[in-house]
This record gives sequence, structure tokens and C-alpha cells, in this order.
Amino acid sequence: MKSNVARFWREIPQRYNLIGNKCDSCERIFFPPRESCPYCRRKSIGKMKDLKLNGKGEVISYTIIHVAPEDFEKQVPYPVAVIKLDEGPKVTAQIVDCDISNVKIGMKVESTFRRIQEDGYIGAIYYGYKFKPLEEVK
Amino acid sequence: MEDIGIISYGANIPRFRIKVDDIASVWGKNGKTISNGLGITEKSVPGIDQDTATISVESARAALKRCSINPQEIGAIYIGSESHPYAVKPTGTIVGEAIGATPDLMVADYEFACKAGTAAIQTCTAFVKAEMIKYGLAIGADTSQAAPGDALEFSASAGGAAFIIGKENIIAQINHTLSFTTDTPDFWRRAQRKYPSHGGRFTGGPAYFKHISNSALRLMEKSNTKPEDYNYAIFHQPNGKFPINIAKKLGFSFDQIKQGLMVPYIGNTYSGASLVGLASVLDVAKPGDRIILTSYGSGAGSDSFDITITENMNNLNRKNAPLVSDMIKNKEYIDYGTYAKLTDILYWE
Amino acid sequence: MRDVAVIGIGLTKFGELWDKSFRQLISEAGSKAILDSGISGADIDAMYIGSMSSGRFVGQEHVGALVADASGFSHMHIPATRVEGACASGALAVREGYLSIASGINDVVVIGGIEKMNDVAGTTATETLQTAADQEWEAFFGQTFPGIYATIATRHMHEYGTTKEDLAKVAVKNHANGALNPTAQYQREITLEKALNATMVAYPLGLFDCSPVTDGAASVVLCAAEKAKQFSDKPVKIIGSGQASDTLALHARRDICTLDATVYAGKMAYNQAKIQPNDIDFAEVHDCFTIAEILAIEDLGFVKKGEGGKAIDNKISTLDGSKPINTSGGLKSKGHPVGATGVAQIVEVALQLRGEADKRQVKDVKIGLAHNIGGSGATCVVHIMERM
Repeated sequence: MKSNVARFWREIPQRYNLIGNKCDSCERIFFPPRESCPYCRRKSIGKMKDLKLNGKGEVISYTIIHVAPEDFEKQVPYPVAVIKLDEGPKVTAQIVDCDISNVKIGMKVESTFRRIQEDGYIGAIYYGYKFKPLEEVK
Repeated sequence: MEDIGIISYGANIPRFRIKVDDIASVWGKNGKTISNGLGITEKSVPGIDQDTATISVESARAALKRCSINPQEIGAIYIGSESHPYAVKPTGTIVGEAIGATPDLMVADYEFACKAGTAAIQTCTAFVKAEMIKYGLAIGADTSQAAPGDALEFSASAGGAAFIIGKENIIAQINHTLSFTTDTPDFWRRAQRKYPSHGGRFTGGPAYFKHISNSALRLMEKSNTKPEDYNYAIFHQPNGKFPINIAKKLGFSFDQIKQGLMVPYIGNTYSGASLVGLASVLDVAKPGDRIILTSYGSGAGSDSFDITITENMNNLNRKNAPLVSDMIKNKEYIDYGTYAKLTDILYWE
Repeated sequence: MRDVAVIGIGLTKFGELWDKSFRQLISEAGSKAILDSGISGADIDAMYIGSMSSGRFVGQEHVGALVADASGFSHMHIPATRVEGACASGALAVREGYLSIASGINDVVVIGGIEKMNDVAGTTATETLQTAADQEWEAFFGQTFPGIYATIATRHMHEYGTTKEDLAKVAVKNHANGALNPTAQYQREITLEKALNATMVAYPLGLFDCSPVTDGAASVVLCAAEKAKQFSDKPVKIIGSGQASDTLALHARRDICTLDATVYAGKMAYNQAKIQPNDIDFAEVHDCFTIAEILAIEDLGFVKKGEGGKAIDNKISTLDGSKPINTSGGLKSKGHPVGATGVAQIVEVALQLRGEADKRQVKDVKIGLAHNIGGSGATCVVHIMERM
């Protein structure tokens, strides 16, 4: 058991709920949230407001992982993509619930709540976001 | 009960399916015979990254998408399952955090075999009636385990459903609820053991049938109803035959149970079983429809509910989340080897 | 600000070196460089050591002091500093040494780069390399280091029409060069077919698109240019030194297909040297993956953005081309002992400029460039060197 519990627990609002923040000065949105805006710098101190992102976005690029770290071996091969979220920030995440051959640059996706990894058989389970093809509301 | 009931609902069924045929051929059995005998064609299988917590979160999020309540006003979350990810550390807090209901929240996890989810509904209903909470969230979900080669391997599957209980804008009024409970060891899983054991044919007469009939009959007596008063009847579904048999015995037609009978397509989702059935009925029910829901949990007990759909059902945004029929169709078949990898049969360290 | 010269160079063989420990490797490289430089131990003012992750590879931190000790200089109490910038640790150490001489503080400095990667299991080595990426927002979610570069490759293929063949040709070229390099890990050519049909690691990158896990050490001795001739009759002057940083995670970059850190570090070095990319005769660039070489030659201004994939077809980056790239065999064929790479690149540039590159010597070279990257482009260090 490697025991990164505190490190994981701290990021729960981000990993479960995509909580980023917004600079009140320039309105730029960041994920993960920043202590201050890199562009407004000192003007933004104390002016960063929490913001929940809607979880929808578009695939900018991707790869298919064939040689994975130990924690992810059972999922091989799996797609990992850089996704640009509607609000602007980009994230790195697995794509799920679709055929690997259907993963394309430009495909629309939305976030879903999944098990990301676990700290061995006796350690904690870490949940977070993955992305699946966007289901159009008919 | 005056105006207490379901405000919204949501379900989640993992995409992977394995056919009963494919499991049977691994063990040298005749798939057709088993399919016909069990009334099950295929069952749902959770991905490596899916478990009771993820199924519960997705179900709860679906329920929230269909209505406009503020999750901060959910005062209690009770989740029933036989496969909580941790033996100690509640699934309820993970869900609570993931839907933004923390920190003013009462939470505990439930276990009562396949009826833990309906027990959660009873609890939330009582809290609302006692005016201790504004909204309660009740969930039944499972990624049920079955020993390789055991009869249960053909039916034990994954899925769940969530129900927001309250007083305002309810779409389904819970008129009455009661339980029939005895100490009957028909099916169990010992602590630290991976797979359940059962009493074979003992799980029929003295267990499933006795408790469901007693529960349903007592409920209809209390509600002053007869089988023909109901548009829909949902019974716990460990396989495709038991619910059909009990329906007949109690005087319900196949047409009444059809909409809530999911097991032929996705298997027995244990704590999710009768609740996914209820979700499927709510997907199509109209104002004025009357529903009887009777779950069954081994050990043993049966919870019954008498439910009436209200006019508010017309205002529910059902399309904001996938219908049970959508999720049943959204599937990907896997073979037994993949199934073994996903369900941890091939355990190595 | 004074000019700085490279007066001594040395490196060990790169490869799976079971018989050599971390301490033995760095001592060997250091001795070679010091003997080559003409200095004596008493001349050394300071040491800078580049090592990405001695802690995870051999369980040892505090390696500045360790290397000074292993090299026999503890009784002289010379200042010894370990510098870290993931895979750019080596060139960062060079730059720190360079800055300390240029500023007038030191006259003679020994730089070492070392990584001993085979003392841990293969999976541990891979996980350690991954710490160069964003742990919380890339690695946590199942992205791997090859996966990050593969993500760049997918986009480069989409935007510029680069093909898997273009990637494979980089590996083939570098193996052909490495076959002529006696210290390279792999000294054999490979065919295009072999490269294309290799096991998939992270689509579109296969085994032959990836640099190997390697043990090795390299060392250079730097000296104030005005004093260089006191020690060496073949000094090479550093005419430009540049460094830049960028976001840690790939997804946060301005453009996935450009390593802005390379562009800025390159510009800093070109400006200082008062030259243009055209003036560079040859270069050692950071080909941790084949796509990285393609990006490097674009971002250093050798070819236009998007045309890096055709540099081999257009006879630019080949050994007999107009601007040979990675004459040493690059990280792919020479090997990539992470902390040593940046220093080893300086060694190769110096060898070429001195005319000592033997079978892989490029004719009439005057100005060479070394380009070292950390992670997926969060750190870049560029040095430009010229015969004195």
C-alpha cells in the first residue's frame, strides 16, 4: 500500500466534480483551479472564484495505450485523449464506452464517474473522471 | 401517506454483456437449455472501472438531471448493495461528494441481499414523513459476484437505480409500504469470502415465494386493492421464471409485469433488480397509473410498495437522462476470457 | 560576462551495464573528461551533476556530494551541486556550470551527467520516467510518457500529414548513425519494415519509436575561454546558451504540435550567438521518441512547422544531408541514460567540431547545436558551440 490518501482526497472536488476556477479580473477559466491568474497575476489574488465545469468537450488528440503502468494493465489497450472542455481548459483522460476504432480527433465527449485506480488490494480506491461519447438529448 | 413519494429517478446499467450461451459452453453445458430454463439470454458485466459506487453516482446524477432540486437540500443518502466497494467505508459518502450533497447529510450503507435498495426507500420515506429531511436519496446497486461454474454465474450481473424521495412535485406517491421478514437462510455470503452460497431449491418455496406472497398480500390488504387494480407489478427477479410464477400465483398477468421485467436482458442486478424494474416502469408510466413493487432479499425479507403516478409525471424531464430501454440497447458483447479478467476470477498479485 | 569553452570531454559506453555501479560510471566519465582537458584536480572550482532520479533508480539522493566523493575530491571540499530537470538534467547542469564561469565566479568547472536505470525492474524504470509528466493530471488518469508523445504524434499526423513511415525513418536513420558510434547502446542498423512492425507501445508509437532504458555517464570540463589554451589545444567555445520552461502537462500547452520551450530556448541561444538557424551545420537533438526529433528540427527553425516529417526524404537530417541531425545515433540508438544525455550531446558536438568523430564525421563543420528536453517539453536547454 503506497498510501497517497491525503494527496488524492485533496483533489476530490476536481476529480469527482470538475471544480475549476475563474479569474474575476479577466474572466478566464482554469482547470485545475489556480491560486492566481497567470495573466492578471497580482491583480487576481483573492479574486479567483470556484466554478463547476459542465463536463462536455471535444477530443483534440489521443493515443491508444498498449504498454501500461501496473495499475492499468487490465485495461490495455485503452484510449487516452487530450480533451478541450466547453469552457476552455483542456484535460487528459481515458475515453470509455466506445470502440477504440471510433475514437477520433473532433469527437464530442462528456464526463463520467469511474474508478481510476486503487492503491493495491488493501489500499484506497481513487475515483475520478473519464469521458464517453456525448449522448445527444433527443 | 399524504403526498410523500418519488420526485425523480435514474438508473445505470454497464455496457458489457455476456451471453448465457457463452458461459454455458465454457462449462460444457447446453446454453439453450439453460437460457430457456432460467429465462435469461444475457447479463450485464461491469468494466474494470465500474463498481457499485460508479453505478450509484451515475444513477443519482441521472435522477438530478431530470428534476431541478438543489443537491445541497438532500438530507440523507442510503445505498443498499451486496458489493459495496469497501467492507468498511461507506459508498454513500462517495456518492454524497460526487453529487454535491455534502456536508449536511445523514449517510449509512445498507445490506439485505437483494432488497437493500428498497429498504433505503423505506428509510428515506420515513425521514421525510418525520420532517427530518427535505429530500432523501435511496439507491440500490450491485456488481454481483458468482462463483465460476456455479448456477448463479448465469444470472449475477451489474446495475442500479436511484430515487429522490420528498414531498414536493412528487411524480409517484408512495401510498403504503410494509415488509415481511423472517430468519430464513436461503442464500448468504460469509464475511471475507468472495462468492455467495445458497440452499439450491430451498431458495424457491420457503424463501422467494413465501416472502413475496406474504408481503404482496399484506400490502394489498392494507391498501384495500386487488391485482387488477394495478397497471404495473414489479417483483424481484433472480431469473426470468420466478417473477412470472409468483405473478401468476398472486393473480397478476404477464402484461402487468412485462415492463418491469429486466432480467432476461441484463440478468439479476441483485440490489438493483426490482429498482431497475421500477425505473423501467417510471420511464413509461402515466398519471393515474398504479404500481405494486415487491422486492425480495435473501435471509429473508420482502418489501412491498403501493404507488400511484401523479400529474407531476408530465413535468418530469425524462429525456435528460438515458431510459432503461436505451441502456439495455447500448451494449457490447465480451467473451468468457474477458469476463474472467473483468470480474477478477483471474486474481493474481 | 565572459566566454566559456569546453576543454575536456568523456563518456562511458551506454547500455545495460550490469558490472558498473552508479558511482563507477560517473567516476569513469569524469576521469576521461578531466584527462582529456589537460587540467589537474586542483584546478576544479566546482562540480555540477545532472541526474533525473537517482533516488528512485538507486535509492540515493545527495548525489552532488556523492559524485565529488566518488571522484576523489572530497578532501578538497569543492562545491558540488546536483541539478534536476527531468530528461534535461544533463544540459541544465552544463548551463549552470556555464553561468558560473560566464559570471566570473568560477574559472574551471566539471560537469557530469549520470543515470543508472537498470538496477530497478523495467516497470519501475518506466514509472520513474513518468514522474517527468504531470502526476496529478496526466499520469494519475492512466496516461504514460510514451502516451504523451504519441498524443503529439497523432495530432501532428492529423494537422501536417506526417505518417508512421516518417516516424520510422527517424529510427532507421539514427540506428544507421549509431552503428558507427563505438559507445552507442545499439550499434546495428534496422530496416524500415522492422521499425514499422514493432510491438505497439502507445499508438502510433511502437517499440522502435522509443528510446531505450540505459545506464551511462558523460562528463565535460568547462573553462573560461580566455584561459582555455592554458589547458587544451582543441577547445570549443560555447557561443550561445538558452533555457526555457513551459507548462508541465501537455494538455495545457499553447499548441500540442510545438514545444514552445524549444522555440524560446533556441531563440535565446541564437540571439546570444548572433546567428540564425541556417548557420547551424549539425545538431544533436532530443529524440526520446521519433516524433520528438521531428518537432525539434521544426521548433529550432531548421525546417518549417509541419515539414519535420519529410526532413529525411528531403536529405536534410541524414548523415550526408544538408544539416545532419543526431550523428551520434541520437537517444534512440546511442541510448538515453536520462541525466547523462544532455552532457553526452555536448560531447558529440565537441567531437564533431574537433574533427574526432571518426566514421560519423561530418565534413567542414564550424557550428553545432545541442538540444535537450525535459518531460514532454516543460524544460528545454539549447547550447550552440563553435571551433575556437
